[in-house]
Amino acid sequence: MTSVLEIENLVIGYDNHLAVDKISFNVREGDILGIVGPNGAGKTTLFRAILGLQKYSGRIRLFGLEGSKYHSLLPLIGYVPQQVIFEPNFPATVYDVVSMGIISNKKLVKGAKFVQQCGCCWNQIYSNLGNDNKVMTALKTVGLESLKNRRIGELSGGELQRVFIAKSLVKDPLLLILDEPVTSVDFESQAKFYELIKKINQENQITIVWSSHDLDAISKYASRVACMNKKLFFHGEKEEFFSNKDLLKTYTESSMQMHMHSHDMR
Amino acid sequence: MVLEALSYGFVQKAMISGIAVALICSFMGTFLVLRRYALFGDGIAHVAFGGVSVGLFLGVFPLWTAYIVSIFGGIGLQKLRQSTKISGDAAVAVVLVTGLSLGVILVSSSGGFSVDLFSFLFGSILLISNEDAVMILTISTGIIATLVALRKQFLQITFNEEQAKISGLPVTLLNYAFVVIAAVTVVTSMRLVGILLISALVVIPNISAMMFGKGFKYTVAISMLISVMSVATGILLSYYYNVAPSGIIVMVAVTILIGIVLARSAGLISKIEIKKKSQVTHNS
Repeated sequence: MTSVLEIENLVIGYDNHLAVDKISFNVREGDILGIVGPNGAGKTTLFRAILGLQKYSGRIRLFGLEGSKYHSLLPLIGYVPQQVIFEPNFPATVYDVVSMGIISNKKLVKGAKFVQQCGCCWNQIYSNLGNDNKVMTALKTVGLESLKNRRIGELSGGELQRVFIAKSLVKDPLLLILDEPVTSVDFESQAKFYELIKKINQENQITIVWSSHDLDAISKYASRVACMNKKLFFHGEKEEFFSNKDLLKTYTESSMQMHMHSHDMR
Repeated sequence: MVLEALSYGFVQKAMISGIAVALICSFMGTFLVLRRYALFGDGIAHVAFGGVSVGLFLGVFPLWTAYIVSIFGGIGLQKLRQSTKISGDAAVAVVLVTGLSLGVILVSSSGGFSVDLFSFLFGSILLISNEDAVMILTISTGIIATLVALRKQFLQITFNEEQAKISGLPVTLLNYAFVVIAAVTVVTSMRLVGILLISALVVIPNISAMMFGKGFKYTVAISMLISVMSVATGILLSYYYNVAPSGIIVMVAVTILIGIVLARSAGLISKIEIKKKSQVTHNS
C-alpha cells in the first residue's frame, strides 16, 4: 500500500531537551492512524514539524516527496488543532471561516501534478466546484449548513471543531491531521465527531492522522496505532496494540516512559 | 442650513476628503482592532509627529517625511514584535515614545512649536488646499483598492496567523504589507483629526460596528457608515459652532457608540436580529 507520509529518524529539540527522539513511522493511504501518548509526549510538536512550522532533523516525506516539492504540498494538508485561539467577538461567520480554507487552483494543480507523478490516487471531490459550492458541500459533510451565517464566537466547542474540519475539507486535503480534536467537547458531541472522522475517511477517502487520549475511540475508529512518549514505543495494527496488556497498562498508568525504557517494544 | 454650508468650497473639500479618510480608517481599523493593534494608530501617529518635525526641521514638505518615517516606524514595530516576541501593545509603546522623542528633540532644537505643527497635532480639515484634497483622495482610493484585493488574506492572518501559514499564505510578507498600509492610512488621516485623535477614528466606529454581531462584510460596512456619519456630522457642526472639527468628529463617534451600547443593553439590537431571523425562516 502507498505511503502518504513517511517519517524517518525525526529529532526535535527545544533549548536543552528533546521533544521528539528518533521517531520513524509511516502512514498508509486510506489509514486512520491514531497517535496515543501522555501530555508532553511530543505529539503536537511532531504535527508542527509535519506542517512545516517546526525545525527538525531527520526526514519527512509526503507522497515520497521532500524539499521544495514537499513544501508545495503543505497547503494541501488539513489541520485541526486542539484549540484555535481567536478573538471572541471576531466578526466572521461560519461561512467566512470555512472559505478561509480555500486555496488557489494554482496550488491544487501543482499539488495534483506532483502526487500523480508518484502514481498515487488523490480524491479531489471539491476541486472542480465553484468556491460557494465548495464551502456549502464541506458544511453539508460536517452537518453545519444551517449554521452558515452564525457568528463563529457563538458556536459550541463541538460545532467549532466541525467548522475547522470543513475548513480543511474545502482544500481537498491529501492528509488530515487532528490534534486531540475533542479535548474541550462534551461526550455526545465527541461521539458525533468520531462518526464524522470515519465518514470523511471512508466516503471522501482522506487519510487521517489523529492524536487522542481516548483509547476507546482509538480502538473503535483507528485502523492503526502509534504510541509515543518522545520516543516511539509502538507502531502497527490496532489489534496488536490493544492485545498487548503490558503496553496498555503502562500507558493507562501514565508511566509509560519509565517502563518502556526497560524493554523497547519495537 | 446644510445646503448653505455645503455651498462653500472649503466645506466641500473638507467633506469629500473627510469621507475618504473615514472610509480608510474604518476599513483598516477593523483589522487593527481585531489584531489587538488598537493603539497602532496612536503609535504610528506619534512616529508621524517625529516625521513632521523632520520635515519642518529640514524645510521639506512635512507630510512626505511623515510618510517615510511612519512607514519605517511600522516596519520597525513589526520587526520588533517578530524578533523579540514581545506583545503588540508593548511594541507599539516602544515605537510611540521613540517617534515622540525624535519630534520633541527636533522641535526644541528648531525653536519651538509652529502653526504647521499645531495643525498636524489637532487636524485642520477645513483648511486643506486643493492639492491636499487630491492627494488624500488618490491615496485613499489606493488604500481601499489594496484592502479590497487583500481582504481575504488579511482576514486569515487576523483570525489566526498559524492557520494562515499552514494554508500557504506568505504571512511574514503580508504582515509587512499590513503595517505599511496601516502607516500610510494613519498619515493620510492626520489632516482630518490630527495626530492626537487618530486612534478614535480607527477604533470607535469598529467597536460600535462589532456590537451588531454580524459577519466580516457587514461589520466593515456598518463601521464605514458610522465613520462617515461621524465625520460628516462633525464637519457640519464645527462649521456652525466654529469649533475644531477633530474634537467634534470624535465626540459624534463617541455619542454613536454610547447610543449603540444603550440600545444593546435595552435589547433593541438583539430584537432587530431576532426579527430578521424569523423573517428569513418565514420566507424560506
